[in-house]
Amino acid sequence: MNVPHLSLSKRQTASLRESLGKGLLELGRKNNKIVMVNADLTNSVKSIYFSKEFPDRTIEVGIAEQNMIGVASGLAKMGYIPFCLTFARFASKRAADQISMCVDYSRNNVKIVGAYAGIFTGRQGVSQQTIEDTATMRAMPNMTVIDTADVYEVKAALAFAAQYDGPVYIRVGRDEWPVVFDETYRFNLGKGQVLREGSDIVLLNSGLLLSYVLEAAELLKSRGINAAVVNMPSVKPIDRDMIVSLAETVGAFVTVENHSILGGFGGAVSEVVCETVPVPIERIGIRDEYSESAPNEDLARKHKLTPIDIVEASVRVLRRKNDRSKT
Amino acid sequence: MIKQNKKKEDIIKRLTHICGKVRKNIVWTLGELGTGHSGPSLSIVEILVVLYFYEMKVDPKEPNWHQRDIFVLSKGHGALGLYAVLAERGFFSHSELETFESLGSILQGHPDARLTPGVELSTGSLGQGLSFTVGTAIAAKLQKRDYRSYCLIGDGESQEGNIWEAAMSASKYHLDNLVCIVDYNGIQGGITKIVMPSLEPFADKWRAFGWNVIELSDGHNLSLLIEGFSQARKTMNIPTIIIAHTIKGKGVSFMENNPEWHSNKLEGEYKIRAYEEVGL
Repeated sequence: MNVPHLSLSKRQTASLRESLGKGLLELGRKNNKIVMVNADLTNSVKSIYFSKEFPDRTIEVGIAEQNMIGVASGLAKMGYIPFCLTFARFASKRAADQISMCVDYSRNNVKIVGAYAGIFTGRQGVSQQTIEDTATMRAMPNMTVIDTADVYEVKAALAFAAQYDGPVYIRVGRDEWPVVFDETYRFNLGKGQVLREGSDIVLLNSGLLLSYVLEAAELLKSRGINAAVVNMPSVKPIDRDMIVSLAETVGAFVTVENHSILGGFGGAVSEVVCETVPVPIERIGIRDEYSESAPNEDLARKHKLTPIDIVEASVRVLRRKNDRSKT
Repeated sequence: MIKQNKKKEDIIKRLTHICGKVRKNIVWTLGELGTGHSGPSLSIVEILVVLYFYEMKVDPKEPNWHQRDIFVLSKGHGALGLYAVLAERGFFSHSELETFESLGSILQGHPDARLTPGVELSTGSLGQGLSFTVGTAIAAKLQKRDYRSYCLIGDGESQEGNIWEAAMSASKYHLDNLVCIVDYNGIQGGITKIVMPSLEPFADKWRAFGWNVIELSDGHNLSLLIEGFSQARKTMNIPTIIIAHTIKGKGVSFMENNPEWHSNKLEGEYKIRAYEEVGL
């Protein structure tokens, strides 16, 4: 796919949650089987656009996420394509059992969007953030789990979910965020995308830190390190073949995610690597700690998610790769 | 299926006979396989028989029949009761009951929507079925279709907040095509209700949530059940709950109202007595 370099400061930004609301509205106009089940939050997650245009296809249960999931399951059973937009925390924690039984195990065609995924949730702090939703959702046997990097990836993920037959969980951020892709972007289930070729190390990304990763690759280049960048929005199913192939040909990984380093994207990549071609790997993410209320840039620095942190992790991994090759 | 224009006494006689067969099937499975929730399955026999042999439109040969009424056993631990009725109704062969809870069986310990013909939702983790049924009822309204949605919950299950979330939505959306039935047998787990949070005033709670309440003093009385469902059909604009006062373990004397028989192995002397009482 090769995405040309653009420095972080020069990138355009666009609102992730706006793209969520607008994206769903566009889909709703094309397919009248799509309905929404809301548990309040319509202005926060921007389900309001769909609700305003299609009030008859919007069910509002109020602040009752467990009920939202059950109602959506019943609608799915009778042939609708229900989308449930809420905060990632409420979906993956409060309604986890309902998702597990009514959606995943019963295989009802419900699409769950966890907005405000990760830590960049408008300075609102831990109760509105979640760092374990990927871990929870990907452990459900029938769930498809998708993370989104920018507004184009959000829209593509929604479009995929609408036509896919089965439970889907999509992570979306909140704020104005750097744009990486364009309207030609297409989501492919189970497939990673090579955005930048490189032979020394692979930076694997899932989710909205992609622009940081691309920035890190450029910084590494100025240090004489050739870093590949791979984007993997499809966390489950994950592109095992690509991971194995890159482990064989490049042999050093850094994974990056807006999530805990436990059990999420980094965990998923590590699982593949350990059983196939074990290579040095480091996970960039939240290091098994809670975040806090603060501006996004401060949080990125605190949790070591910045391009510099990715560069430093890469240097550490390369040291281990080189040490190995000496023995 | 019993045609509703037959004489009332004939109907009751026929349904009573079916209840007897269903109880036999339940007790036999409990005895032969030594597993299952005896009390919770026996208390819902009459409710299920009236639903599947009188009240609901279903097609055993086509479990996903587009025009069918929807039934969800939200108190999933009553599964054996449901399976015995589904078998009797013809959704699957009686021989499947022999495989209950064994490896590869279509009859799981709790209802399974993927494996069992006639089961709409996988339940057992309490509190979830009413929300699902609210969803199917809303779908009917959206599509302007006349199928009805029924959900059987437990009284203990009503302690789950999820039930009350669903109750709020049902009245908000004027789901007069939805009937919830409570198997109000007064006992949960292995404990009597005395130590649990009180559900009372139960009927008042549902009225406060905007529901039409029908209270049946005897949830095993077929006439009362038939009449209750009939009244529900005539109730416009709000959902109906039928609070059926039942006896846990009904039909086997030593199980009746006995918390020890929520789920207990039926063997030895108990097995012999139970078999005698249901006519095995």
